[in-house]
Amino acid sequence: MSPDLPSPIPLQAYLVLAAILFCTGVWGLINSRNAVRVLMSIELMLNAVNINLMAFSTYLDGQLIRGQVFTIFVITVAAAEAAVGLAILLSLYRNRETVDMERFNLLRW
Amino acid sequence: MTIASTTQQICFLVLSATLVFGSLGVVLLPNIVYSAFLLGGVFLSVAGLYLMLNASFVAAAQVLVYVGAVNVLILFAIMLVNKQETLAAIPGLLLRRILSGAVCAGLFLLLVRVAFTTDWALPGPTPIGDEATIRIGEHLFSDYLLPFELASVLLLMAMIGAIVLARRDVFSSDVITGEPVDQGLIEKSRTPLLLDTNDQKRPMLENTP
Repeated sequence: MSPDLPSPIPLQAYLVLAAILFCTGVWGLINSRNAVRVLMSIELMLNAVNINLMAFSTYLDGQLIRGQVFTIFVITVAAAEAAVGLAILLSLYRNRETVDMERFNLLRW
Repeated sequence: MTIASTTQQICFLVLSATLVFGSLGVVLLPNIVYSAFLLGGVFLSVAGLYLMLNASFVAAAQVLVYVGAVNVLILFAIMLVNKQETLAAIPGLLLRRILSGAVCAGLFLLLVRVAFTTDWALPGPTPIGDEATIRIGEHLFSDYLLPFELASVLLLMAMIGAIVLARRDVFSSDVITGEPVDQGLIEKSRTPLLLDTNDQKRPMLENTP
């Protein structure tokens, strides 16, 4: 994007794209039967949030790019979350011998 | 980075189409291995969007961390838990899918309405463009120093926690009484494939003198 011309892509395009990605992630999170796919849906939602942060950082906070710093931290936390989540998944699979989310009902009343 | 506006629009359209259809494939495809590879494609197109927003450092971090680490980790998890199992039918599955789809569509409409009705403070300050990496470094070592250090502690905790959770404890003797313990109680047989090969090998071993 050249500094004197406005960007040819409006801010709303990024926001709508992130909204599509987030809603897809939410639907997958609710409806997946496979536990690995649930983790993938969480990653999709985190990426949607990151797109929002980056778009706001460039369009509304162009000098102090605080949104980009936040995105770095979100990426860090997402990596830690993926590692711990997959370790929990492996431990669950070892005990229950399934990855079906409907059968992980230990804490159900 | 200065690109002609038409080129920029075409890039945005291609990247967003990849993003939308890739994410739908991640959620909807029946084979989970295809989903994992499509997830890598989604991460790469998100990195392309970051490049279009003049954020080269975050795009590189996205490729390194998401495509290089998280996606490979997910592929390893699929490889470790890949058992073909027929999922038991649950009642009201279709109703649940329709209801959650309606909720997600409502959320999407709400977000779109917020995006188009809010009076954003546009145009904002001039983007600094290629100096973004320098500015991120200044932020990380001045006003965001405490979160930066906390992130390192968080990564250490996640690493130790993942090792502790995924480790397979095999004790050959009981800790309290000292008696030998049947390892089959602790380490369950994992895949029927392994049991089948053992059963097939056993008669061959009996025939050999």
